[in-house]
Amino acid sequence: MNVFKDAGHLFRFAGLFVLAFLVFLVVRHYVVPKSFGQYGHYRGAAMGEIAAHQVKYAGHETCEACHSDVAETKNKGKHAHVNCEACHGAQDKHASADDPSTVKPVLPDTSVLCARCHTASAAKPKSFPQVAPADHSNGLPCETCHKPHNPAVDTGGAK
Amino acid sequence: MNISRRQIMILLPAAAVAWKYVLAGTPEESPNYKMSEHWWSMLIDIPKCIGCGNCVRACQTENDVPDGYFRTWVERYHISDWQMSNPLGLTKPLANPMTDPQVISPDGGKEGFPVATDESGKYFFVPKLCNQCADSPCTQVCPVGATFISPDGVVLVDQTYCLGCAYCVQACPYGCRYIHPKKKVADKCTLCYHRITKGLTTACCEACPTGARQLADLKNPKDPIHEFLKTHSVQVLKPQMATGAKVFYNDLDGSVR
Repeated sequence: MNVFKDAGHLFRFAGLFVLAFLVFLVVRHYVVPKSFGQYGHYRGAAMGEIAAHQVKYAGHETCEACHSDVAETKNKGKHAHVNCEACHGAQDKHASADDPSTVKPVLPDTSVLCARCHTASAAKPKSFPQVAPADHSNGLPCETCHKPHNPAVDTGGAK
Repeated sequence: MNISRRQIMILLPAAAVAWKYVLAGTPEESPNYKMSEHWWSMLIDIPKCIGCGNCVRACQTENDVPDGYFRTWVERYHISDWQMSNPLGLTKPLANPMTDPQVISPDGGKEGFPVATDESGKYFFVPKLCNQCADSPCTQVCPVGATFISPDGVVLVDQTYCLGCAYCVQACPYGCRYIHPKKKVADKCTLCYHRITKGLTTACCEACPTGARQLADLKNPKDPIHEFLKTHSVQVLKPQMATGAKVFYNDLDGSVR
């Protein structure tokens, strides 16, 4: 007795399934990115792409490599913990230029800059030095008395 | 242009090699960086924050964040004094200041905050950003695997893979995601992944003038965060959501949601 008698239609059907599965594997091979599943259910190469984004803030170490004199002045004063680009803004274009002098950073406007942090407000921590700009300097620019890199007023030894 | 058979024989293998690199994706920018050696987090020291908005501006510059959208922002809380006798003469106070804080964040705090003249009660600033959750709700709901937690603990979005369905925007309990108005895909804080993999700190930490924000690597035993966590009262936002948030807030007030 032949068990496969009259079973041809099943084989044809099975063949169709196998064929469809092979097509699925081929399509999947081309459609799914190569690094998908490398670390998990995502494209592993995405991290390299995100990591390749352009840096815009050079970082204070980079600034200090050339401007060590300014860093030295700053580190003696109360602004020691304030990084260069906190006031000067993003400077990677300046720092990574072949000749940094061709990309000249814009000098910050102290009337805006100082006030941003030091304008008196009941909301600020009490220990943070703050003044009402109008009363404090009578309209004079901050740098008349305070040098931003070392803001302590030079009293010439007198208290 | 005429190409000889000899030139074809040389060009074809070169093209094959080049194609292999195209398929492999962009090569890693920082070859010395090992993902398995880091587990990134951030420390926010609330008493140090003065609400200057430097971090918000730095983030926008560094990451090309469109106007009106924020990867990080600063909120100002005002917990008013208890009004025990109220003008309506009711028997109990009108509001519980602890559960009804007044919160403002004009343009994300990008240009700082209006001067507070009301001396009553207490004020503090709360910088917010993606909490880089270790069990993040946002990555769990992504239907296509476009957002994920990297092996070094940063929640990232693969913007070439994202469909822009915004499930993740709804899932984030901290409101840290948005759909980019031009790219039409999900966007969020990457913890400046392009910087921390090069040994730099994040743009917001670099620009913070008071050290209120500190990038921390929990896998680095020498990172000062370990000593800080041992000696300070530190919390995460919405611990009841069990998100495994990794942005730690020092001296966080209970009214912060």
